[in-house]
Amino acid sequence: MDVAVIGASMTQFGKREGWIRDLLAEAGEACLSDAGVAPTDVDHLYVSNMASGEFEGQTGVPNMLAHDLGAMPAYTARIDQTSSSGGAGIYHAWQSVASGTSEMTMLVGGEKMTHRSTAESTDIIASITHPVEYKHGLTLPSFAGLTARLYLDKYDAPRESLAKVAVKNHKNGVDNPHAQFRKEVDLETVMESPLVADPLRLYDFCPITDGSAALMFCPEEVAKEYTDEYVVVSGVGGATDTHVVHERDDPTVMGGVVESGKQAYEMSGYGPEDIDVAELHDMFTILEFLQSEGLGFFEPGEGWKAVEEGVTERDGDLPVNTSGGLKSKGHPLGASGVAQGYEIYKQLMGEAGARQVEADVGLCCNVGGFGNCVITTIMEARQ
Amino acid sequence: MSFDAYRCPNGHITYPSHPLCPECGEKQTETVDLTEETATVITWTTSTATPPGVEAPNTIAVVEFDVEGETVRAIGQATTDEIEIGDEVRPVYADQLREPGAGIREPESQEWDGYRFEPVL
Repeated sequence: MDVAVIGASMTQFGKREGWIRDLLAEAGEACLSDAGVAPTDVDHLYVSNMASGEFEGQTGVPNMLAHDLGAMPAYTARIDQTSSSGGAGIYHAWQSVASGTSEMTMLVGGEKMTHRSTAESTDIIASITHPVEYKHGLTLPSFAGLTARLYLDKYDAPRESLAKVAVKNHKNGVDNPHAQFRKEVDLETVMESPLVADPLRLYDFCPITDGSAALMFCPEEVAKEYTDEYVVVSGVGGATDTHVVHERDDPTVMGGVVESGKQAYEMSGYGPEDIDVAELHDMFTILEFLQSEGLGFFEPGEGWKAVEEGVTERDGDLPVNTSGGLKSKGHPLGASGVAQGYEIYKQLMGEAGARQVEADVGLCCNVGGFGNCVITTIMEARQ
Repeated sequence: MSFDAYRCPNGHITYPSHPLCPECGEKQTETVDLTEETATVITWTTSTATPPGVEAPNTIAVVEFDVEGETVRAIGQATTDEIEIGDEVRPVYADQLREPGAGIREPESQEWDGYRFEPVL
């Protein structure tokens, strides 16, 4: 059974006044309205969220959201797969419809983070690490620094190539009204920003963000009752890599990206050459290289050249992160994968406004931990 | 304290241990003490944005040991930021790598001592 997406929403990303319940309800309400679906017609309601308990002492968020939206008696569940919770939510929402269990599934992803200090947020995120990593003070940014140094050394890539990812994604973010940062940055600013995890600097990292996003899924036959234009989930794949990051044979290869991509390509019948637009998980600039290579867009060690040559610019052969990416749009953990889906949905529907590119088939890749778990989704336009 | 890596009957070595060997699924039956071994730096970083209870700057290295022809990697703090890829390092014991209880993790849930890596000059 083909699974359609018939509605999407996202809140403003950034520093927000509301708490997780407010943000989820805001995106949920907007998604119901966008799809033209009544709350009581939702059979399954999934919430992608990593750490509402750790961030604000609020647990049980799916039930809370169902009541706030009047979506009883929908079946609810929270999907936690750290940073890839949103992508995992897409996987579960797809599964619920494809299996015939649900005729209408709403997925809402969200996180509220900015009320915590940077050190506290970093520690909450680092709590995914193995004890032998945690006790040495390993953080996700430090994994990025370790991998970036190795990549630059192994492939003789210039440091500037990483900075150009940030420059590109900030430029795209200017045209995204929901983005946390809508400001261009130049190469010099990135290269001279404070060191965070040598060789990576402040502008190589995404910010800490509050926000929420939502998608509405149903069988293609049901979609036709609601709308003439919709998007279909053509393929979805999920995979894990080692929990202990240093145990990977080649730390510059994200096995979860390769495997989840392979699954999504196989299910969809599409290959890397068929993808018109992609949202990649640029939590750190180096991740855009690793994913663009792991998904087969470029050969291993060549991802940096694509950025240098402008291939991944909005007017290039393969626009990457037209939304601004996590880098400028922001990264509310549980919302990010859903917001990637939102961007691809908007692009395929031709509703992306100033950041619109020509696209019939789009891909999003959502990474949890430091590539510990990955979800890749391929969607295509239908009318 | 020893710096233990773990070996399964098929000779695969990992650090840290796993209930079942990630390579072959067998139970790990032996320990290999790396305390007196030296390793090569695979990559390193110096982090200035450290979480609670961790001194800044915090230099971290991924290193690779060669044990009778099998390689095993480990990760940990370096004693200096004066290191490079390819440097030879040796483990040096530290009784507290990070202040227990300052971070989010329950202090009693794990040990806080371990080995840093010092360049062999």
